[in-house]
Amino acid sequence: MTAHTHTGTPTRSTGSLAAGIEARAATGALAGAGNKMDAKGVKVFYGAKQALKGIDLEIPDRQVTALIGPSGCGKSTFLRCLNRMNDTIGIARVEGLITLDGQDIYDREIDPVQLRARVGMVFQKPNPFPKSIYDNIAYGPRIHGLASGRDEMDEIVAKSLQRAGLWNEVKDRLKEPGTGLSGGQQQRLCIARAVAVSPEVILMDEPCSALDPIATAHVEELIDELRENYTIVIVTHNMQQAARVSQRTAFFHLGDMVEVGDTEDIFTNPRDERTQGYITGRYG
Amino acid sequence: MPVTLFLAVLAALSFAGFQLGRSRAVASAGGRLSSLHSVPTYHGFYVAMWVGLPALILFAVWGGLEGSIVNAMVRASLPASMTALSPQEINLIMVDVHNLAYGNISSRVADPALLAAAEHYKHLRSIGDGALAVLMLAAAGMGLQYARQRIQPGLRARNQVEKVVTVFLILCSLVAILTTVGIVLSLLFEAIRFFNKVPPLDFLFGLQWSPQTAIRADQVASDGAFGAVPLFTGTLLIATIAMAVAVPLGLMSAIYMSEYAPPRVRGTVKPILEILAGIPTVVYGFFAALTMAPFVRDVGQSLGLSVSSESALAAGVVMGVMIIPFVSSLSDDIINAVPQSLRDGSYGLGATRSETIRQVVLPAALPGIVGGILLAVSRAIGETMIVVMAAGLAANLSGNPLDAVSTVTVQIATLLVGDQEFDSAKTLSAFGLGLVLFTVTLCLNIIALRVVRKYREQYD
Repeated sequence: MTAHTHTGTPTRSTGSLAAGIEARAATGALAGAGNKMDAKGVKVFYGAKQALKGIDLEIPDRQVTALIGPSGCGKSTFLRCLNRMNDTIGIARVEGLITLDGQDIYDREIDPVQLRARVGMVFQKPNPFPKSIYDNIAYGPRIHGLASGRDEMDEIVAKSLQRAGLWNEVKDRLKEPGTGLSGGQQQRLCIARAVAVSPEVILMDEPCSALDPIATAHVEELIDELRENYTIVIVTHNMQQAARVSQRTAFFHLGDMVEVGDTEDIFTNPRDERTQGYITGRYG
Repeated sequence: MPVTLFLAVLAALSFAGFQLGRSRAVASAGGRLSSLHSVPTYHGFYVAMWVGLPALILFAVWGGLEGSIVNAMVRASLPASMTALSPQEINLIMVDVHNLAYGNISSRVADPALLAAAEHYKHLRSIGDGALAVLMLAAAGMGLQYARQRIQPGLRARNQVEKVVTVFLILCSLVAILTTVGIVLSLLFEAIRFFNKVPPLDFLFGLQWSPQTAIRADQVASDGAFGAVPLFTGTLLIATIAMAVAVPLGLMSAIYMSEYAPPRVRGTVKPILEILAGIPTVVYGFFAALTMAPFVRDVGQSLGLSVSSESALAAGVVMGVMIIPFVSSLSDDIINAVPQSLRDGSYGLGATRSETIRQVVLPAALPGIVGGILLAVSRAIGETMIVVMAAGLAANLSGNPLDAVSTVTVQIATLLVGDQEFDSAKTLSAFGLGLVLFTVTLCLNIIALRVVRKYREQYD
């Protein structure tokens, strides 16, 4: 079941978004089958420079989609289009169509703030707020008014930390600052923070690049578990990681999406020469 | 010979030494520059230092001693009738000798003995100059010879030059530190003299400030009351008003500039705000005294309030305006130092811009902002010119911003421009006040810097 059922209705979701949520609730049982998000002809310009040259990509519900490719190929840019984080960069311009549950997320009626409550994001470097562990998790639910009382908030915090596999490590020190945790714990805290808002999609931008192998293993395990409830899109430089955690993989190169398919196919039987070259380590 | 000529010659010699050292190093390497321990330029600097520094030190020592030696010699040559006079009178005679020697107006009819002494003085000075020139040239020449001989590929010229540069840098910072120590000590000693005349407790807790004391014994004047509490409250009142103006305005404009303003607006607004910081405080003083104070009085009167024409409110508001750029540019820097990743994290959770600013950016920047505000407070307390011109001299013990009050700095300024003798309690009280002011602002600055540093550690 989706995360929405136990956190109540987000009070800030209004208009078409609320309709979207209801539609989602109605089709919840079938959701595993369809595409959660859909990008068609997405082009991004930073000023005069074109960063993406028309991307078509389907993101299936409750699966992990990995975006791989050499540095500067546009995979992070594409990821940031999916929750309109590029809006915060003044010179960025996005063309094309991206839908979430069939609805255009760049539509005038869509408030990017509400969109981001549905499409959460985890960043490359762990970025816990300089607050207590508890307040880090409670931040999102508070601004969206997801909890009506103290007890409910405690429950959301506990549940989010449990989902992120961090609960046992921090349950006795929820009042301590989140910045005091280790790097791997911080990143899991950030994932828990994203989960706490009950998003439908979680975007992860190289979530393990600042972590050591053990912390990476923890996070990868976590991604695999989260797949049950959330649609996940992950950008990674690490091909083994893409192979381990994802069901679908898209290979980006120089602003183009070269190839997309089931992860197994991409890694064992790439159709494009460039994909093969990158996967076998000839460049990138 | 004038000082500038000496120094110019010395500079020219050092430059020649530099060229010579460099070319000699190149020659000694025999075409293989990599065989040199140090780059040829360092050999050049090495020679230039040996040419310049000994001669310069000699020049400084000579400059310090020559005057007193020549004076002693001239004094010894004066006729017996003059040397029998009291030391003060001999000093006067020596002043006249100087004046005669340099063709200035002298205070008495020149008698032959004095003229002879002046001639003697001139003669000694010219001998001294000549000797100095010869000695300096000799020192420079010896230095050149010594350094030139030592140039060879293995010479560690760079290390030696760097050692000298380090010593030079240490000397520079020592000058700054020693000056500060000197200022504190002079303040302290004068303040101790004051506290010998007025008990510290009376000074710190007395409620009456009227420092007028009699200049002559027969003059009718008050005995002086040195209770500084009215000044402290006046300072506090004006600083509070100033901060009440500066903190909200400065902080809000900093938030606007760093979080909301598009780059072009930021590019124009920020420099304009910083122009405010460049206006001389005297000009703010005009504005306070001639525009703000009458305005406050007129508004007050139209509301039926009695407002003195030099009100704490006028001075405080203008001082607040003066401090705005201080608060805003410090806060702006600190807000900008909050990592973008925190903002992204917050936006990524669906927070709006204002939620992000209120709940993530400001709490993260708060320690730094508090530090900046404390620095601004210590500026407000130490500010003089605006309050001299707009707040007045009446040391009223009042918390009403519409009254005239006086501040510590205003009293220091007026106490020291008077015609009192320097060891009267009135004049010395300025040092007592200065010591209090210094202590308070020092504490504020230390706290502020600590807070700011603690904050910096969090993100670096």
